[in-house]
Amino acid sequence: MSQNLKQALKSISVAGRMPQMEWAGFREVREVTTLRYARDGKPEANDTTVSHGVMAEVLVDGHFGYAATSKLDVESLVQAAERAREQALKSARFAVHRFSIEQRPTVQAEYFSPRVKSFASLTPGEVNELLVKICGKLKRSPKIIRTGAFVQTVETDIHFVSTNGSDARQSFSLITTDFEATAQEGTVVQKRTDGGMRGRSHQGGWELFETPDLWGRVERVAEQSLELIAAEECPTETTSMVLTPDQMMLQIHESIGHPLEIDRILGDERNYAGWSFVKLQDFGKLQYGSPLMNVTFDPTVSGEFASYAFDDNGVVAKREHLIKDGVLLRGLGGTESQARSGIPGVSNGRSSSWNRAPIDRMANINLEPGNSSMEEIISGVERGVYMESNRSWSIDDFRNKFQFGCEYAKLIENGKLTRTLRNPNYRGITVPFWKGLKKVGNATTTGVYGTPYCGKGEPNQAIRVGHSSPVCLFEGIEVFGGAS
Amino acid sequence: MSAQATCAFLDKNYFDELCRRAFAELKEGENLFVRLSAESSQFVRINGARVRQSGLVEDAHLGFTFVLRSQQGELRQASRTITLSGLSYVDQESVRGALHALQKEVPMLPVDPFAQLPKNPGSSHAEKKGALLPVEAAAETLLTPLKGVDLAGIYAAGPVVRAMANSAGLSHWFSTETFSLDYSLYTPGQRALKGTFAGTQWNAAEYARSIEGAVQRLKLMERKSLEIPRGAPRVYLAPAALGNLIAMFSWGTVSEASLRQGDSSLRLVRSGEKKFSPRFSLAEDFRGGEIPRFNEEGELAPEFLPLISEGQLKNTLVSARTAQEYGAASNGAAQSETLRTPVVAPGSLAEVDILKRLDTGLYLSNLHYLNWSDKPGGRVTGMTRYACFWVEKGQIVAPIENMRFDDSIFSLLGGALEELTSQQEYLPEVGTYGLRELGGMRVPGALLSEMKFTI
Repeated sequence: MSQNLKQALKSISVAGRMPQMEWAGFREVREVTTLRYARDGKPEANDTTVSHGVMAEVLVDGHFGYAATSKLDVESLVQAAERAREQALKSARFAVHRFSIEQRPTVQAEYFSPRVKSFASLTPGEVNELLVKICGKLKRSPKIIRTGAFVQTVETDIHFVSTNGSDARQSFSLITTDFEATAQEGTVVQKRTDGGMRGRSHQGGWELFETPDLWGRVERVAEQSLELIAAEECPTETTSMVLTPDQMMLQIHESIGHPLEIDRILGDERNYAGWSFVKLQDFGKLQYGSPLMNVTFDPTVSGEFASYAFDDNGVVAKREHLIKDGVLLRGLGGTESQARSGIPGVSNGRSSSWNRAPIDRMANINLEPGNSSMEEIISGVERGVYMESNRSWSIDDFRNKFQFGCEYAKLIENGKLTRTLRNPNYRGITVPFWKGLKKVGNATTTGVYGTPYCGKGEPNQAIRVGHSSPVCLFEGIEVFGGAS
Repeated sequence: MSAQATCAFLDKNYFDELCRRAFAELKEGENLFVRLSAESSQFVRINGARVRQSGLVEDAHLGFTFVLRSQQGELRQASRTITLSGLSYVDQESVRGALHALQKEVPMLPVDPFAQLPKNPGSSHAEKKGALLPVEAAAETLLTPLKGVDLAGIYAAGPVVRAMANSAGLSHWFSTETFSLDYSLYTPGQRALKGTFAGTQWNAAEYARSIEGAVQRLKLMERKSLEIPRGAPRVYLAPAALGNLIAMFSWGTVSEASLRQGDSSLRLVRSGEKKFSPRFSLAEDFRGGEIPRFNEEGELAPEFLPLISEGQLKNTLVSARTAQEYGAASNGAAQSETLRTPVVAPGSLAEVDILKRLDTGLYLSNLHYLNWSDKPGGRVTGMTRYACFWVEKGQIVAPIENMRFDDSIFSLLGGALEELTSQQEYLPEVGTYGLRELGGMRVPGALLSEMKFTI
């Protein structure tokens, strides 16, 4: 297959074959996704998807046109490039910006996800056996009315070649695991999962599923679902709030990651996910949050869900501070957004697959650890609410007014975690919220999470992102409970 | 040249031949469902009435569900989906490879008591031809009427196929050719309104009229905006805003499986603890023919299926699998038990009376980013978006700053629902995650006595 890409590249590089072509690239993606899910101890899904195709991109007259094809022979690849060229040609005089070959730098690199146990080391039968066993352990009471265990593995191979000498490969091995218990007592129904919203998403192999703490986590999920149906509602008040890394993931994603995407700030996303309250002139100036806030774009963290060696524009991955000591420094803009905005960016031109063109995406967006231990954080709170694991999220199209909900909470009274609370929700406005960040946990409180479901773009693209964060304390937050 | 000229996988004969070869691979006790989703699409992404990205995507997925029946009658199953290329020698080999992988995998899996065997209650065939813009003319045709306008959006067009067949001889085919321009128009002060121009027959004059009408409406957005304090004002939800709320019924709400498993607030309706307004009726209505009636197993949904009639829960969406598990009757729902072609019945409020009846309150054109704040309890949160106004004594005063609501569906579509408009609006589905979605929903506007806003 790799030979076909190179041969096609050679064919279209012949003088006169592609008039006015300034640059062309082929990006081949082959991805095998296997989802296995057991509910109430019975197999519910054993689904494998094999997706394979090539994105041809051609720069003509300052505009990139694209054509995606699943025909992988040389002649079809050449035809795809010709169609991409025609798209570029017909749109160039209407284009938002005149791009150049600088937006597609030469890359020659290789990347492999860290992996100890390959996905072939367990048979489908053994995986199902494990999922069924988890369901059995979760069903520890008749009050648990539903149990579920989920695992999704993904193996992705990418090969990128271009007329300016790029020849680079990446092989990803990804795994997402989850399990859940739903408990009911009268009309009260509560669901508890293992980190909320498929947050246990990492690069690696089966070693990330069969971990030494697996059965302890299973027991905790079952126990806490039962605890929640007997718990009181989260109170309605303005108070201190402690968030664990599996909720901080969502908080970082929605109120830092998306508003810093330069293509949003430039208005590309206005018709779909929305705009941003951040303006181009805010970079280098805006006090985004408290001085304890240090946020990095870091696709180089081993094992984090969105690590890579280069993005889909061919830019080598590099760690950068987005926010330092609370001040906004840098945006999430790939080469095209950097050229349009003049704002320093990062290596984040990413696409969801071979059938979509790269746009500005998050990769790993991480809140760097601070100095406080878990005990110091909790003991310093006279009254507040401690929340774990996301279950609900909503934010406005400028990324200002948000409301998020969690699965599990505890009241904090006089420096101690006391009663369990159900249906915990909170709301706020992005910058005042982050200015209310009063303590940032140290490295021992840090958790690394991710999600396969970050949606954006037209046509739509769901992409993988990673977020690590320590436990954090916020002050002056509106918290409240559920429907009743 | 049209985008679809080279796509063999859009041809029914091509699908039939792949199915024939797949079924020929089956041995004793082996059963197969085959599903096809295919498209040849042109996408033009627009920002500031200029082209941001433009391209073509040829994409087809062939999915297999393989069911193995043992001599004791126990069923085991797994699914596998492959990308089709449209090159027969490649695809025939891929089909064979997928089947061999399933034949190897499925015997290792536990018994699935709710697996389905193929049946053949009757095949169907629907083919709709459109008149679309030539791909090479799209950018110029779309952008020429936009001079001096700040428009952002996405144009998507081309043929789409959904098909299925099974080893019992059943075969369904649905193909259509559609286009949509889903867009937002902006004032210099960043106020916006939403529009969609969609269909199967491109009409340049209609397109120009549609844009011109939107530009005229945008002028209302140029007034200085108001910040409305939190509270529970009277509200008019325009059809698109009510449509945003109805879409939440697909998040587990009308699903029989969700109801049985404690994940749907409709359990409170079934038990009599909560109720909707007698003015509220929701149904699945396939009579427009915009989407196929068949599901993954090949069952046909009724042409019209009432779900909530005059506030009473009449039906839920029941898939074949759920039917098997709970001993209910399947009504041809998709495996996800989500709404595919929802319709909310109209009321009697005339369009000319909307502002007068609203009197003083909020006129909301669209809602945004809805999510359950308490799913089993039926409480939903979200934002206002686009053309939303403060109205006093039946007169539009000014656009508003975005507000967050957090309220119960049993209030919004229950006690607070005063009236629905006599006119419904068709809201085309324009989603493109993975593939171009089809269909849409038909809903009226809704006048509410209150809606709770929190921030």
